[in-house]
Amino acid sequence: MDWQTWLIGIVGRALAYGTPLLWATLGEVYAERAGVVNLGIEGMMAMGALMAFATAQTTGDPWLGLLAALAVGGVLALLHAFLTVTLRANQYVSGLSLTLLGLGLSGLLGRGWEGIALRAPLPNVTIPGLASIPLLGPMLFQDESILTYLGLLLALVLWIVLWRTRWGIVIRAVGEAPGAADAVGINVALVRYLCVVLGGLLAGVAGGYLSVVYRPAWTEGMSAGMGWVVIALTIFASWDPLQAVGGALLFGALYHLSFRLQQWVAPELLKLMPYAFAIVVLAFVGLGKAQRRRGAPAALGLPYVRGER
Amino acid sequence: MSWRLRLERSVTPSRTTVLLVSLLGVVAALVFAVPVFWAYKVSPWTAYTTIAQRSLGSWAGFMEVLRRAIPLMLCGVGLTLAFRARFWNIGAEGQLLAGAVAATGVALFTKIPAPWLLPAMFGAGFLAGALWGAVPAVLRLKLRVNEVISTLMLNYVMIYIVEWLVHGPWKGKTMRGFAYTDFFPAAAQLPLIPGSRVHWPTLVIAVGAALVVALVLSRTRLGYEIRVVGQSTDAARYAGIDFLKVMVAVMVLSGGLAGLAGVGEMAGVHYRLRSPTHISMGYGYTAIIVAWLARGSPLAALFTALLFGLIFAAGDIMKASLQLPAQIVGVFNGLILFFIIGSELLLYWRIKWERGWTGKPGSSGS
Repeated sequence: MDWQTWLIGIVGRALAYGTPLLWATLGEVYAERAGVVNLGIEGMMAMGALMAFATAQTTGDPWLGLLAALAVGGVLALLHAFLTVTLRANQYVSGLSLTLLGLGLSGLLGRGWEGIALRAPLPNVTIPGLASIPLLGPMLFQDESILTYLGLLLALVLWIVLWRTRWGIVIRAVGEAPGAADAVGINVALVRYLCVVLGGLLAGVAGGYLSVVYRPAWTEGMSAGMGWVVIALTIFASWDPLQAVGGALLFGALYHLSFRLQQWVAPELLKLMPYAFAIVVLAFVGLGKAQRRRGAPAALGLPYVRGER
Repeated sequence: MSWRLRLERSVTPSRTTVLLVSLLGVVAALVFAVPVFWAYKVSPWTAYTTIAQRSLGSWAGFMEVLRRAIPLMLCGVGLTLAFRARFWNIGAEGQLLAGAVAATGVALFTKIPAPWLLPAMFGAGFLAGALWGAVPAVLRLKLRVNEVISTLMLNYVMIYIVEWLVHGPWKGKTMRGFAYTDFFPAAAQLPLIPGSRVHWPTLVIAVGAALVVALVLSRTRLGYEIRVVGQSTDAARYAGIDFLKVMVAVMVLSGGLAGLAGVGEMAGVHYRLRSPTHISMGYGYTAIIVAWLARGSPLAALFTALLFGLIFAAGDIMKASLQLPAQIVGVFNGLILFFIIGSELLLYWRIKWERGWTGKPGSSGS
């Protein structure tokens, strides 16, 4: 095998595995930019995966499945928003309970769907024209899911919204200085609700991708800790949608490598690689930019109460 | 003109209020779990009465609750300490498994004579858990790595290390290809309360640990520093408290206690290392709820651990006599946690309806 086919294979598969990471990370970036950490990604992805599979299997339409995943992610995130924004509950604990609930509920409801091959998976597509660019074409535009392309497009759109529009300023203001945002008439609670729910919608789709595109089947615990990797990726990407693309690709490649190296290293040791790597990456981020400001939203994790500091 | 909701921080609530509101949260979770039973065509009333009879209604049932509560007590007590210092240790699961691995190593691969074998296992388990817990503390203070992520990731790392050990180097020769280590020798097995599966030495250690941690928190310099760090980082800085020292001490204790829980599960329940999902089933994560519900009090954590021991035991009962899947425990835990943190609003805030114009609120009129 020459290096070109090897590279094309790696990047292609990294994209495929990185897609759910990308969708969920984009969502978490927005939630955290508005000041709300959501540790419930893992639970929302699990529920998204189950709902997408069950719906696609019943109706025969994978798009309806993804829509169901979108909806269930949004509803679960709404719960998190209600608890953390309206009831001012601790964001970490609320997110954790969301994960516990999502994993438990998906395992409970998904028993009848276990181990069946999906009858209508979402097929991969090759973009005509672009795919014939030498090297880059087959690497990026050949035999990938539509969701991969949509994810990349979404990253661009969300980057523009965050950094180049008024809405972006509003969101960042709410995450940096909610008191000041409130003083100029911004509805802090509303912005936080919207961003958290957006995060849930995207995490739901990320889960749906796993069961309708990547695996086409449902197994309990198929999100396998990806939701936690997403939390790490959000920091790694400095809360920036475009940097999230790079991070998702890197971890996608790592997941893929853990399959490829199995002939040399025990599979169990390869599986721990992405998780160990997440710690190492964050340690390096801390090492490299220790002096500079890391770009974390200043009010991240803090409930906003008008008139209180 | 309209009525609007206003919230004010209320004074510290009384102990009875906390207890009542927490119980209310648990009850609300039980009510919300009713549709799950309907989905499996089981009458919720039958389910709850069956659980009550077979857990608290009989000696054997209560012993099972106690057995399930032991690891939750140890992990939960450790977590109250971490949460007091505002260190988000989500890694009790991995720290517990680290303890289990160390105990197995000592039980199977050392030649320590009989009376010292079990103490050596507990010692090794404590150290392994402590190490697995101290790493995130150092990472946070030296490299500013968020501890939620590092402790979580270390859970997965340890899960796969255990998987690797039982599938590879430590796979038992007598296990006919199954993913277990060999059984521990008799000298590495804990005594049980007769007629039950309660490995009482671990229970004694758990209660002792709660007392020690309570004393450390209330009577020692370290305890004072932990409380200051937890309440205000600024105050701690002015007081000249060494953050690194405090956090590492907290996580050595917190991780070490979770490690002891792992030793107890090995030497008292399984007698061999096996797949992580069978060793723990989420004790480390459930202990977070145990500690949260105990509101940072190590002694209260003993009792909240019993509550969740009951839920785990209820899961076993539902599986055995109602044919409900084990995942129902996770659903219960998630719901209870939701309601508990939702109810905190009732504890620390006073809700007031006040008349006013929409838009900017009036001054607080209390």
